[in-house]
Amino acid sequence: MESPRDRRPPDSRRPSRDAGRSRWWNAAWLDVLQFTVFVAGLLGLAVSGAIGMGYNWQWYRVPEYLVRIVEGELLWGPLAHGLLVTLELTGWSVLVTLAIGLAAALLRLSDSFSGRIVAKVYVEAVRSTPLLIQVYLFYFVLGPILGLDRFWVGVLALSIFEGAFAGEVIRAGILSVRRGQWEAGASLGLSRRQLYRSVVLPQAVPLMLPPLTGIVISLVRNSAIVSVIAVFDLTTEARNIIAETFLSFEIWITVAAIYLAFTVALSVAANRLEHHVRA
Amino acid sequence: MIELDGVSKWFGAFQVLRDVRLRVAEGERIVICGPSGSGKSTLIRCINRLEEHQEGRVVFAGRELGADAAGLTEVRREIGMVFQEFNLFPHLTVLENCMLGPVRVLGMTPADARERAMEFLVRVRIPEQAGKHPAQLSGGQQQRAAIARSLCMRPRVMLFDEPTSALDPVMIKEVLDVMNDLAQSGMTMIVVTHEMGFARTVADRVAFMDEGSIVECLPPDRFFTNPADERTKRFLSQIL
Repeated sequence: MESPRDRRPPDSRRPSRDAGRSRWWNAAWLDVLQFTVFVAGLLGLAVSGAIGMGYNWQWYRVPEYLVRIVEGELLWGPLAHGLLVTLELTGWSVLVTLAIGLAAALLRLSDSFSGRIVAKVYVEAVRSTPLLIQVYLFYFVLGPILGLDRFWVGVLALSIFEGAFAGEVIRAGILSVRRGQWEAGASLGLSRRQLYRSVVLPQAVPLMLPPLTGIVISLVRNSAIVSVIAVFDLTTEARNIIAETFLSFEIWITVAAIYLAFTVALSVAANRLEHHVRA
Repeated sequence: MIELDGVSKWFGAFQVLRDVRLRVAEGERIVICGPSGSGKSTLIRCINRLEEHQEGRVVFAGRELGADAAGLTEVRREIGMVFQEFNLFPHLTVLENCMLGPVRVLGMTPADARERAMEFLVRVRIPEQAGKHPAQLSGGQQQRAAIARSLCMRPRVMLFDEPTSALDPVMIKEVLDVMNDLAQSGMTMIVVTHEMGFARTVADRVAFMDEGSIVECLPPDRFFTNPADERTKRFLSQIL
């Protein structure tokens, strides 16, 4: 039977990507122009909207929340302090996430039946409930039981959430190493640990890096959620400033830009690392 | 040195090995042939327990292979294995491939391991490829590097699982020449192959497998001229 897909004209009859390159409407300058007009339009809309609602822009008040110079001395503002907390929170969370992810992946791939069940239930439970609810659960239920302060509750909640995704990435990376590699290593007499260390992980890690970078970036973004348990991170500081000053447009835009700068820097660093590992 | 006694194995409901009996003495060279799906590869993979058998006994040098993981790595370091797909480690150079086992498993110093690796790379005639990665080598060179990698463990037995099936004719000869040399040196070898020329000149005995059992196992002059079983005759008429 012929499926609809088979009736489509063959590719050769479609104009190829390069066919129209010389036409003026495919020129690069036009492409850039279109993009510029689009962005200008968006900005125009935003500005006219803001003017329309009578918003009083006060950008000059923003810098003092980042850094102030008082009598020749540098004083960091609340946003800078918040960023520092966010960095610290993210840094710890990345470490714990990787540890949990590796443990989950190894358990899932282990010979132990109960180990595999535990890992699978963990991944499914964490992936299928909202992060916000998990943070509340940790803060109101687990935190008091374990006697953790809110910073570590935040680290733990984020890590356990992202660890489930990291575990799947690591597992997929390990599984992508072909069976023959395991067999060749085993036939040399390598133990399971040596197999992972010398044969499997060196081949799997370069494959895991791009998706793991995605997880680290999502960790940075999701760290904003800990503001609901009053950890004094970037987002919490922003909310406090806005509550006092009503500078909501300026502060939120500034905070978004800080997160963006942070994640872009991470992406660039990860790219470098990837090239380094593959070389 | 190797004793298979009533070995049976199932993949689900399908029985791959049926009550296989085979004894291999030190220095003996056995070639196993048979149609595809007859269980040849599975059989030799049971000898170093890359496959687990469900019934019977596999004994190597007086030690029975079981679920004991520590004893297993001990046995495996004494059994070399060469695969159809070479299975060299792509992230390491040829030299590093050969050094990995001696350094990690035998605890040799890198300098000693390097010396031993070069010695065997000379024997398989690719010392000039030592610094390259496997992907830069031809198939025949890769398979010879894989043989060198196994030999660096100084194994007491070498298992070959269709070592030339992924190669074109010129490369097949390179690899068979190396295997011939190895046989001359007195190595105990069990070789699954369709290379009947190799079987005729090198093997002490040729085993024919069909549907999971060893139909017969005879010295090559009798195997090729006067096999007893009808299935062996039919197989030989197809392949020769």
